[in-house]
Amino acid sequence: MSIFLDETTRVCVQGITGRDGSFHTRAMVEYGTNVVSGVTPGKGGQEMDGIPIFNTVGEAVNTTEANATIVFVPAKFAAGAAMEAVESGAKLVVFVSEGVPTLDVAKIYKRTKELDVRMIGPNCPGIISPGKSKLGIMPGFIHSQGGIGVVSRSGTLTYEVVDCLRRSGMGQSSVIGIGGDPIIGTSFIDTLEAFEKDNETEAVVLIGEIGGTDEEQAAEFIRARMTKPVVSFIAGRTAPPGKRMGHAGAIIAGGKGTAQEKMEALAAAGVPVADRPSEIPGLLKTALGR
Amino acid sequence: MKIHEYQAREILSGYGVPIPHFEVVDDSSDARRVAEGIGSMVVVKAQVHVGGRGKAGGVKLAQTPGEAEAHASAILGMDIKGLKVEKVMVADAVDIDREYYVGIVVDRASKRPVYMVSVAGGVDIEEVAATTPERIHKHPVDPEDGLSLADAQELAEKLDTRPHVARDIAVVVEKLYEAFIGSDASLAEINPLVVTPDEQVWAVDAKINIDDNALFRHPDIEAMRDPSSETDELRRAREMGLSYIKLEGDVGCIVNGAGLAMTTMDVIKYYGGEPANFLDIGGSSSPEKMQTAIDIITGDPNVKSILLNIFGGITRCDDVARGLVAALRERPVGLPLVVRLTGTNAENAMRILAEHELESAETMDEAVEKAVELARRQA
Repeated sequence: MSIFLDETTRVCVQGITGRDGSFHTRAMVEYGTNVVSGVTPGKGGQEMDGIPIFNTVGEAVNTTEANATIVFVPAKFAAGAAMEAVESGAKLVVFVSEGVPTLDVAKIYKRTKELDVRMIGPNCPGIISPGKSKLGIMPGFIHSQGGIGVVSRSGTLTYEVVDCLRRSGMGQSSVIGIGGDPIIGTSFIDTLEAFEKDNETEAVVLIGEIGGTDEEQAAEFIRARMTKPVVSFIAGRTAPPGKRMGHAGAIIAGGKGTAQEKMEALAAAGVPVADRPSEIPGLLKTALGR
Repeated sequence: MKIHEYQAREILSGYGVPIPHFEVVDDSSDARRVAEGIGSMVVVKAQVHVGGRGKAGGVKLAQTPGEAEAHASAILGMDIKGLKVEKVMVADAVDIDREYYVGIVVDRASKRPVYMVSVAGGVDIEEVAATTPERIHKHPVDPEDGLSLADAQELAEKLDTRPHVARDIAVVVEKLYEAFIGSDASLAEINPLVVTPDEQVWAVDAKINIDDNALFRHPDIEAMRDPSSETDELRRAREMGLSYIKLEGDVGCIVNGAGLAMTTMDVIKYYGGEPANFLDIGGSSSPEKMQTAIDIITGDPNVKSILLNIFGGITRCDDVARGLVAALRERPVGLPLVVRLTGTNAENAMRILAEHELESAETMDEAVEKAVELARRQA
């Protein structure tokens, strides 16, 4: 098994003819993702590499029985595209676009709850279930199938951690980047809950960063509800307060959201916290008794 | 994006929030003129993007126009937390009977705007939240339905029980929410919202932060950006799509992705070094971008070594390598440079870089250790 995504997932790509959309569609297809349709308004009826293109997500989903979409639409139009996806009948929406206005995301999020749609992102690398399917922009070749679940608020830092796992010969069940914006569709807790239930996942790596209290809430969930071992890393222990560290969500505001608080909350929940990404495989091996 | 208090006042005023008369001046004689026009006590306030202006001596009351001029003269040019005061606001100082707090933030936990009101106005709301959280009343707002009249009235009644005063406050509560939504704010607050002895309601101080992601649809607010609030490096970085924050150390770093950039800083510290900066080049990597990144970092006299840490995903390593080579051809850096490129198209990248004598490393640990050591040798 894996979480949220597997080889049966039928994918529609929104923004399929754009620069990023076409590049990553090809990379996903090459990885083995079942891309069944694409959407670019005004290009309905055309094809890209044999993939049929539609004007609307609704049409694409209905005609090609897609049950997931991935959004590569540029920031100005991304919120509209994501709302269309959420209302299309697809049950998984991976929202890759960055720079989406927060108040728009708040409205989309509300709709995902009403329609029971799983949205990942925005501003995220997406999700990969190695050996099965890739719905995102991560480099597929660093991943391999195995028993480690990875969840992260970051993009390239996730690749770094996966690369460390690869060097230690540890494969992954699913790797998910939930995004670095203030409002995101899928939280640490949603993901931890899914990993806990997934029979392929043996242990979980949680990669957090400064800002907000998601890691603290995750720590509480782990303490109360997780039986599988979790190890973690928190980025930004040297970050100065009051400065937005790239991600809109990565800011220590009013003395809250420091790496220290998060590391303490995790340690108190019995979660080992690595000082560097390269320490993560060792912590996992210890946690798994290997 | 932060805007100045006077700009926040202009926005709120546009939505019909009652604001005491004010003008912004950059010359002390103009401060006198404004105070003469108001004809009663005024407050002179420094317009800089930092909190704690009052404690720093940047906010003064003046009984007479002469006093206003003297205060303006003292405050203009003052340095508050590293920022030079270029403008002061001169505003009618209304009489204060009661001071309240009203504000809205985007709440990450409930994933919607949350209204906060408190009878403890006029002081730092974060301090109230930390010491007496029970004095803050919170009300989550549905992002689609917005704030109803009844909600506004209920919030107002938490602050003041006098019916006509509560009614006036409810109007402010509603208008503030309209302004928050209308300007795509991440925070909008009035602190204090003042009730005068004759029971008039005035917004005396206003703060609005704008969601950077929404600036594309608010050119009027983008135009409020104060160039003097940004150093040259910050402006260059922002215009090139780089996210840069200067720090105090001597190991400069150029990284793709915010999480990895923070981690690189942390690992530098782990190996006994101090990062000179946070710099995220984002998802693409033109030669111009690389050139700008290198220029900004070498422009910091503290920097003793530079570390380039790239994990290619959407960013292709060979693009970064080409950018780097072009940048170095244009202008040699004159500082030790350690390059770590891995991920998408890393092999091509290493081929491109092979003919240039650069220190390279396979892992982040190795790269950081080298960069820290090189900085130490230069010191």
